Amino acid sequence: MIYRETGQFKTTYASDQQLFPILQDRIFVIAFLVFAFGAVPFIATDYLFRAILTPFLILSLAAIGLNILVGYCGQLSLGTGGFMAVGAYAAYNLAIRLPSLNLLVVFVLAGLCSTVVGALFGIPSLRIKGFYLAVTTLAAQFFLDWAFARVGWFTNYSSSGSVSAPPLLFFGHVIEGPVEKYLFVLSIVCVLALVAKNLTRGAIGRSWMAMRDMDVAAEVIGIRPLYAKLTAFAVSSFFVGIAGALWAFIYLGAWEPLAFDVNRSFELLFMIIIGGLGSIVGSFLGAAFIVILPLALNQFPTALGIPISTATISEIELMVFGALIVFFLIAEPRGLARLWAIGKEKLRLWPFPH
Amino acid sequence: MKGKLRYKAAALALAAAGGLAWAADALAQSKEIFVPVLVYRTGPYAPNGVPWADGFVDYLKLVNARDGGVNGVKLSYEECETGYATDRGVECYERLKSKHPVAFSPLSTGITYALTDKVDADHIVLITAGYGRADSVDGAVFKWNFPLMGTYWDGADILVQHVKKKGSLKGKKIALVYHDSPYGKEPIPVLEELAKKEGFTLLKLPVTHPGVEQKATWLQIRQQRPDYVFLWGWGVMNSTAIKEAIAVGYPRLQMYGVWWAAAEPDVLPAEQAAKGYNGLALEHSAENNLPIHKDMMKFLYDKGKGTAADKKEVGQVLYNRGMLSAMLTVEAIRTAQAKYGKGVMTADQVRWGAEHLNIDKARIKALGVEGMLQPMHTSCEDHEGVRMARIHTWDGSEWSYTSGWYTADYKLLRPMIEQSAMKYAAEKGIKPRDCKKEM
Repeated sequence: MIYRETGQFKTTYASDQQLFPILQDRIFVIAFLVFAFGAVPFIATDYLFRAILTPFLILSLAAIGLNILVGYCGQLSLGTGGFMAVGAYAAYNLAIRLPSLNLLVVFVLAGLCSTVVGALFGIPSLRIKGFYLAVTTLAAQFFLDWAFARVGWFTNYSSSGSVSAPPLLFFGHVIEGPVEKYLFVLSIVCVLALVAKNLTRGAIGRSWMAMRDMDVAAEVIGIRPLYAKLTAFAVSSFFVGIAGALWAFIYLGAWEPLAFDVNRSFELLFMIIIGGLGSIVGSFLGAAFIVILPLALNQFPTALGIPISTATISEIELMVFGALIVFFLIAEPRGLARLWAIGKEKLRLWPFPH
Repeated sequence: MKGKLRYKAAALALAAAGGLAWAADALAQSKEIFVPVLVYRTGPYAPNGVPWADGFVDYLKLVNARDGGVNGVKLSYEECETGYATDRGVECYERLKSKHPVAFSPLSTGITYALTDKVDADHIVLITAGYGRADSVDGAVFKWNFPLMGTYWDGADILVQHVKKKGSLKGKKIALVYHDSPYGKEPIPVLEELAKKEGFTLLKLPVTHPGVEQKATWLQIRQQRPDYVFLWGWGVMNSTAIKEAIAVGYPRLQMYGVWWAAAEPDVLPAEQAAKGYNGLALEHSAENNLPIHKDMMKFLYDKGKGTAADKKEVGQVLYNRGMLSAMLTVEAIRTAQAKYGKGVMTADQVRWGAEHLNIDKARIKALGVEGMLQPMHTSCEDHEGVRMARIHTWDGSEWSYTSGWYTADYKLLRPMIEQSAMKYAAEKGIKPRDCKKEM
């Protein structure tokens, strides 16, 4: 009834190919962005900004990056944590060695460092496929973990191996406080999500998907595997690297290599599997599922005023979380994004389903 | 099309989380002093995290039940499970921050590093009794950090002092088996410095979290045959290390654990084999029959209000340490009340209290912990207060002291502390306070 495209005629190619072809979607997205930028800063609490929204946004960005590689290009990777670490440590070294550099420049350069490392570790993908590729990217993860824990130069010879981010200088202004940090992260994530969406809709995105669906066939129709696979690794690592820098600088503030260990890689992989492979929205949904749900489960009993011991709450959190993962994967193996798409199909026909 | 879904989901999650946060806020009461308790009762570090948490919470309960609070002001508290993970610890901190806490004790050096940044902006005291960053002794730079009772740099120095007593260390080999985290890496600079000074070789053997897999490390030890092994582990890593030492036939008498690697959960799984294992005792060991423990029984456990599942836990090494952490927090509140009046204290006032702690012999006796705490005195330059430890040895069923008191060599450590603190200040753009003006 409300959500229907009847009467919306596309008379040009441009209007047919736009990002959100349905009017209601466009209105909703614009309204939501206005809400996220304009209203949330005034109504949300400190806790919400610092412990939920900021980590959610940053990990969404990392999930988008990984989704480009795994979901769109079909190259299984377990090195995401390592590439995040490259971004984080590159940003750290740039920021303390060149203190006058603008934060945005630092983050972009950090992303580029990660791009180079990612492309380098992507080379084996030309010969190796599937699970075997996962193992070589796992090697990247362990190598990078080792490098940041053992090579003193990366941590500026910090005795404990833990480094902390310098003040966040942005055009002469120091980014402080949860609201500023939230807005900063939100802006970066919005811009990069838009870039990712358009990349996947464009020629390069189609070549990734062709590689994913059948590499031999893709080669026959003229897509160069070297180019397609390495660009997927490069673009993916760029996103992941920036997410790593944000995670370290904005969310943690001080970190050790353990913050980017192999568990982080698994966590991100679970995000995109649960959220939906090959879907930008899925990255956000998956990140929300993995980041927000455990916290909500953990606080639920206390908020209701049920007196349970801390240990029991944590056990319940793990059990319910695990059960929900199983449930969602059985209900829809193609992820939360697919569930939403089905919901929208239904909504289109409502109230007259045939 | 897809965009719409994304925002709907986010909005729902946002609304749910917002509701929770508000509900929690409403519960907070303003007539009490709120002490947050970061704990880990689950995961690979739980065997060690549980007694510490029980001791901490029990002391807060005891102050409320026995004394009716601190000078009449009740203490309220809330636990938050960190699982020893830094990101979860930061989340806990943010969650409990809204309740106007006075002091956090994160019981994790990694979390301490992450919070050090934040407490300065948020004005919350960070008490890290026996852990945390060693350079935060320098209160001029680290205004809000209090590594009371001892740091890892003291621990490293004291262990070297102890083994040196058995003969010159020149040409000897010492292996450091450490948890590969900020906690385990913390003593390395001091040990390297001492290696140069005393002429021993330092062998650094990291063990990855959580430390159940150490075969390779101990094979290296069998190969290299170091004269001493310092164990800087936590959680299951400690008991695994002791078992592996036995497996490769490394003599336990030459093995020394830091104070976090010398408690009941570390030696009990190894049973009789752990007999003769030595460790540092940070001020205290497993005293269990002092007035404070009797009070715990009388006011809490006899009434069924104790936190620990088994009352045998009262007086164990880590229980005592948790209790002392809470005690020092409460003493900081009390010191603040002496200056600012006997009401509810703000974190700023408690910070002043923690910086002006003066716990003398009489006060220690009044607290009922005689022999578990040495007189301590904090100031702006020295946020630590006291730097003494003994060695205690496991005889198969209990811990007993096997050495006299050692005091860490402050002349050696102070320049290192200052150098490290100044480096931090330069990186973060902090202007150190002038301690002469702070009274």
